[in-house]
Amino acid sequence: MTFTQPLRSTRLASVNPVAKLGAASTIAIVLLASIDQVSAGVALVVECVLLGFLRFPLGAALLRVSPILVAAVLAGLTTLLYGQSSGRVYAHWWLVEVSDGSIRLAIATALRILAVGIPAVLLFLTVDPTDLADSLAQVLRLPARFVLGALAAFRLLGLFAEDWRALGYARRARGIAGRGAVRRSLGQAFTLFVLSIRRASSLATAMEARGFGSSARRTWARPSRFTARDWLVLGIGVLVAALAVAVSVLTGSWRFVIG
Amino acid sequence: MTGRTRFQQRPAGIHAAGWGWRHAGRAAWAVRGLDLDVQPGERILLLGGSGSGKSTLLGGIAGVLGGDDDGESEGRLLLDGEAPSAVRGRAGLVLQDPETQTVLARVGDDVAFACENIGVPREQIWPRVRAALDAVRLDVDLSHATSALSGGQKQRLALAGILAMQPGVLLLDEPTANLDPDGVVEVRDAVASALEATGATLIVVEHRVDVWLELVDRVVVLDGAGGVLADGAPDRVFDDSARELRAAGVWLPHRSAPARREPTAQGAALLSGEGLTVARPRGPRIPVGDITVRAGTALALTGVNGAGKSTLALALGGLLPPVSGTLTASEELRAGLGASPFAWRSSALVSRIGSVFQNPEHQFVAATVRDELAVGPRAAGIRRRQTDAVIDDVLARLRLDSLARANPFTLSGGQKRRLSVATAIVTAPRMLVLDEPTFGQDAVTWGELVGLLAELRDGGSALVCATHDEELVRVLAAQRRELTAGAPLVGAA
Amino acid sequence: MHATITTAVGSGRRVFRWRVVDIVVAAVLAVVAGLVFWVWDQASNPVGAPITAALPGLQGIINGPWLFAGVLGGLVVRKPGAALFTELVAATVSALIGTQWGPLTLLSGLVQGAGAELVFALVLYARWNWLVALLAGAGAGVGESVLDLLVWYPGAKASFAVVYAAGTIVSGAVIGGLGSWAIVRGLARTGALSRFGAGREVSERV
Repeated sequence: MTFTQPLRSTRLASVNPVAKLGAASTIAIVLLASIDQVSAGVALVVECVLLGFLRFPLGAALLRVSPILVAAVLAGLTTLLYGQSSGRVYAHWWLVEVSDGSIRLAIATALRILAVGIPAVLLFLTVDPTDLADSLAQVLRLPARFVLGALAAFRLLGLFAEDWRALGYARRARGIAGRGAVRRSLGQAFTLFVLSIRRASSLATAMEARGFGSSARRTWARPSRFTARDWLVLGIGVLVAALAVAVSVLTGSWRFVIG
Repeated sequence: MTGRTRFQQRPAGIHAAGWGWRHAGRAAWAVRGLDLDVQPGERILLLGGSGSGKSTLLGGIAGVLGGDDDGESEGRLLLDGEAPSAVRGRAGLVLQDPETQTVLARVGDDVAFACENIGVPREQIWPRVRAALDAVRLDVDLSHATSALSGGQKQRLALAGILAMQPGVLLLDEPTANLDPDGVVEVRDAVASALEATGATLIVVEHRVDVWLELVDRVVVLDGAGGVLADGAPDRVFDDSARELRAAGVWLPHRSAPARREPTAQGAALLSGEGLTVARPRGPRIPVGDITVRAGTALALTGVNGAGKSTLALALGGLLPPVSGTLTASEELRAGLGASPFAWRSSALVSRIGSVFQNPEHQFVAATVRDELAVGPRAAGIRRRQTDAVIDDVLARLRLDSLARANPFTLSGGQKRRLSVATAIVTAPRMLVLDEPTFGQDAVTWGELVGLLAELRDGGSALVCATHDEELVRVLAAQRRELTAGAPLVGAA
Repeated sequence: MHATITTAVGSGRRVFRWRVVDIVVAAVLAVVAGLVFWVWDQASNPVGAPITAALPGLQGIINGPWLFAGVLGGLVVRKPGAALFTELVAATVSALIGTQWGPLTLLSGLVQGAGAELVFALVLYARWNWLVALLAGAGAGVGESVLDLLVWYPGAKASFAVVYAAGTIVSGAVIGGLGSWAIVRGLARTGALSRFGAGREVSERV
């Protein structure tokens, strides 16, 4: 499945996944704390500049980012119609109320989602699942059994997709593909669960047969270390967040989301 | 290649005294009262019918059966004088499904996985990985994607993963059951090479014994009650216990080959393809050319893995559209519908062309066996009273009547296969397409299935089998259509 | 042929340590859930999205299917942390294969999983009936509504927020909670859960 293949060609690919996760999370937490156009706008502009420096393959990036563009616009639309109203009211119909206040909030909402989502999506685009698991277990010290169990399960994804297709063919051959697409999909999903649990039990036995889950202390064949470059990426994330907050507070447009 | 010299483990011995295991939630003991002694370095072939506890025994030696939560044990089972769970890494277990033994995405990482688990220092891991890959003769890059390997390669990869642990005993649970003939030979050679390099003890469970005979020096047969039925040199055991072994579905060596069943009459063409090319969505194109399916005959689609047998089978079954060329159903087959099977509605397809898939579980849609058989006729619009009679008949014919109220997923392998064939024939289609119907079957199930297929063929149906089972092709006297990745070859006869 | 008995061997004792099969099965359930999310996402009409965006909070009702992974994991594995782990893995899978919201789903998964986990913890991981499942689904719904209202609709009016939360919680309880419970019952009957308590409760003699 090609959509699970990360982009290896960018310089970000070799950065430690935890650093990327940390940078994206910092930006997210800080920006989500406020709803205003300035902090989101500043962050978005800085991010676009940085991404320009990194020379991302534009086509692939746009493709992966387009769903969040759409989602941001739609969330903005909802806020436009149902946002807290203040200032001049332009339209009022049943529960819908478009006002100055709701327009401002709508723009802020959309920008915020983009500012949080775009870097996160693109950073994830460059993460290899095995590297992610290694870094989560070695750098963040999450329990190795859980991280590696999840990684092994993730590898079966391609197999499940093939199963799904085979299930579709089988249902056509059994005569029930014509009616009730929803019901058929539910049935297919259920069967996929059954097949996958079987495979999971088999995989668990295979992993245990190779010593997994025993009380012996684990070693790591692929070391995951935090280098200067990783600290740099993390630092840039913190800086972007700090800059956004600073500009917003200084221009007096910071508004806590709660209250 | 100098990898052979780097293995240093001692072969392990196994001692079982009155050992038994009962899985949690079951009434019957999987193994009970087992007495067995295996000397270090011995090579054993373990046989027995399904349910005789072979997998449980291997699991017990490997220490993967689990603790109190998973079942209870009695008696003693010792590996090198200790409890197996205390010496993880001394026994390595290879299972039968290539897909669920690959843990990581890259070959090198997957082999290194076992070393990481048992705490091998990093500087020793990668040399061990390379040595293990050498020992199984898997000649690929360490960063090669594991999903891009063939079945035989995946099994060899699993074996390499085990060897990297430097175990004292190799346990193989039907390692070649899901492989094509080439893969079977690859794996057997890899095991032979690994044994040469390590001198480890070997216990292998398999139905097809000819492949392993030259490698083993002792045969142990387990009986249904959980104990040992026979134990000794191969020739003696096969002579003494031939009857029990045959009943257990073991493919005995030097057995008389099943008789060829000539077709009784050749009927009209039911489906013809001209200038046909087929492909899966986003898959490679498979040029087929001209092909004809006739009533009362069997057509075998053969070729190496990846040549496109399954894809062509899907197309002939009306499940994939042809990429180019035409596929036309005769008047007899189409019975009032259009010429192209792919255009038929699903409920119309089911009474004209039946499809049996490689994995029977892909076909199950209902909660009981009986309901399963009722799905097709109901979809085809056949009235209830007629359906019941037909279902009863099919159940009896395929010996599934005692299982009528069981959930399809709880059936054994052979029963599932029979059920999947039953669901395809209950609507009495004129044509039946089967994808690897005899895959991984023991001798008894194989015989039943082939007999059934011959009957169907003689009854006037057309059979299309995508298979690499030469015996099946011979017994059904099938016309052969060989697919290669390049230009199509003209079929024999 | 399998024969099962109605009382499981060694049942009654609650074991809290996760076995390897618990981890892998929970993770696989999460992976399938992630795949199902993705398929459902592709299939749900993109043209319909602007219409639901214009709803006054009722779009909360379609959140149900996103909430079932954690409850499902909890009901199958029955150990502390199951709901949280399953939701996190499902969210990670969604993020890696690129569903709409990318890594914001990670946050989503964390919060939904915590909501369901809390309910299971409150019954001390001892009860796994339909009511607990329903409440766990509702718990996941609570977590999800709080997050959505903070991330996606922070500027919304109070009336919108209330309707949205109510819709999410109800659909979480019904689809996420009861739906998962029904799935687990069905799975148990297929014999797929024979290594789990959930599978041994449903017994059949074949």
